[in-house]
Amino acid sequence: MNRAEPLVLGIETSCDETGIGIVRGRTLLSNTIASSMDEHARYGGVVPEVAARAHLEALQPSIEAALAESGVTLADLDAVAVTSGPGLAGALMVGVGAAKALSVSLEKPLYAVNHLVGHIAADILDADAPPLEYPTVALLVSGGHTSLLLVRDLTTDVELLGETMDDAAGEAFDKVARLLGLPYPGGPEIDRAAASGDPKAIAFPRGLSRASDMAKHRYDFSFSGLKTAVARWVEQREAQGETVPVADVAASFREAVVDVLVTKALAACRDHGVPRLLLGGGVIANRRLRDVAIERAAAEGVTVRIPPLSLCTDNGAMIAALTSELIMSGRAPSTLEFGADSTLPVTEIQVAESA
Amino acid sequence: MILGIDTSLGSAVAVVEPDGVIRSQVESADPRGHAEVIGTLIEQALAEASLSPSEITHVAAGMGPGPFTGLRVGIAAARTFALGRGVPVVPVPSHDAVALELLIHDALTGGYEESSDETFAVVTDARRREFAYTLYRGLDDDGLPVRVTESALAPRDDLDGVLASAGAARRDADRIPAAMLALAAARALAAGRTIGPADALYLRSPDVTLPHAPKRVNL
Ligand SMILES: [Zn+2]
Repeated sequence: MNRAEPLVLGIETSCDETGIGIVRGRTLLSNTIASSMDEHARYGGVVPEVAARAHLEALQPSIEAALAESGVTLADLDAVAVTSGPGLAGALMVGVGAAKALSVSLEKPLYAVNHLVGHIAADILDADAPPLEYPTVALLVSGGHTSLLLVRDLTTDVELLGETMDDAAGEAFDKVARLLGLPYPGGPEIDRAAASGDPKAIAFPRGLSRASDMAKHRYDFSFSGLKTAVARWVEQREAQGETVPVADVAASFREAVVDVLVTKALAACRDHGVPRLLLGGGVIANRRLRDVAIERAAAEGVTVRIPPLSLCTDNGAMIAALTSELIMSGRAPSTLEFGADSTLPVTEIQVAESA
Repeated sequence: MILGIDTSLGSAVAVVEPDGVIRSQVESADPRGHAEVIGTLIEQALAEASLSPSEITHVAAGMGPGPFTGLRVGIAAARTFALGRGVPVVPVPSHDAVALELLIHDALTGGYEESSDETFAVVTDARRREFAYTLYRGLDDDGLPVRVTESALAPRDDLDGVLASAGAARRDADRIPAAMLALAAARALAAGRTIGPADALYLRSPDVTLPHAPKRVNL
């Protein structure tokens, strides 16, 4: 195996994107994504069985497309990588089964890795960015997760500082969009509606932000109360026969989400004396979140890193990138003795490493 | 050399020579945990057959019916193993493997003449108080089981009535013999026929409920 600049194919199927990525060392060769998002639209959220069926259909064509784009063959690979978790169990299993059989078939080593740590590794593939410095605080926000991490070393030491206690931030966007009669996925719709709204029009609550929450939930998030507050506010206006100011509601809701995300992330930076914040996950596509994070971080002397947006949403390239780092740092492959772990803790960066 | 993979009930992997000689057959009866065992089973099947992956010329995939979550693992594995070697996937309905085993057994024990035109149903657990069943009658000239009807679902309490009206004997199966799956693929290949569907035999639509209007929170 080439440990200096390994050629790795990564398979990611934890949610609704079938991601196949190919990297050589820290160079991105292909980031191929087949999304089943359109199939979920009419249900207002990701339907696990629909996602899993779509993965099975998309896997082989996506692998073939990624190889073609990269101009490499399967025989050229140094290793196969796969997401073991966290994520939707049935969806993860498609990738795990595929990766194991591909590894045995090619007689190439297999690395089973953590999806959340993969989101951080995506940053390494940004050819224009200076090298990732440690430690860094990482805020990962998507439709499936909202996590605040302290990364001392990508391949050996990632600590969970906090996570959402209920809905992921992306889920909250979807639910509030539905409440306002906007289609799925909610993020871009809320953004569009918020563009002409006043973010200070309505004071929606910031979850787990009271002084009494700080002892136990300093870095944790909660968005279900916010969603309920929006619903109540909208209903009251409707009950009084008033038109709902959708732009103001959208802007004020978005501001509440962004505020709590950025406030807690910067608190983590301050508490741990870490002047670096890395953003990842699909919700980072939200411009307001990026702008507020960059502005408020600058005021506190914190440098913000954001991987290219195409690498922020779930993808296989980040799984290949993380594995490439593991290989370059001398780590042994995984055995075949692992499964899909829907609640894999972030501290388990690699699963089932062979002795 | 044909590698057979089925995860429609437990997980089963076998290697069969093109002429039908069984080189290896390994399985795990666990009705869950397919993703955990699939890689090890493929390795074991190859090792017991004393073969390297490059000697596999076709991969037979059990296409179901079966509970979806497990079923997909084997199909995904079959496809990527084949992709890795640049060889074709041969899809086979999982019940065909059971039917083939029953019919070969009857032939070997002399019961074949009498039972060859008897209709029987291969029946497997489809969970949620339903069975999946497929009706068969005898072997055709290519040595493949003749499907009288395609796979379907029946509520547990209704199955016997359904089979009685079809005049079919009930043959329950709690495992899919992967060697028979690979043998069916070998016979299909020899005859130049396609016997299985390109996509998984789910038999059920995904469980989804269309969202209703948002629930009111004030009342
Ligand atoms: Zn993700």
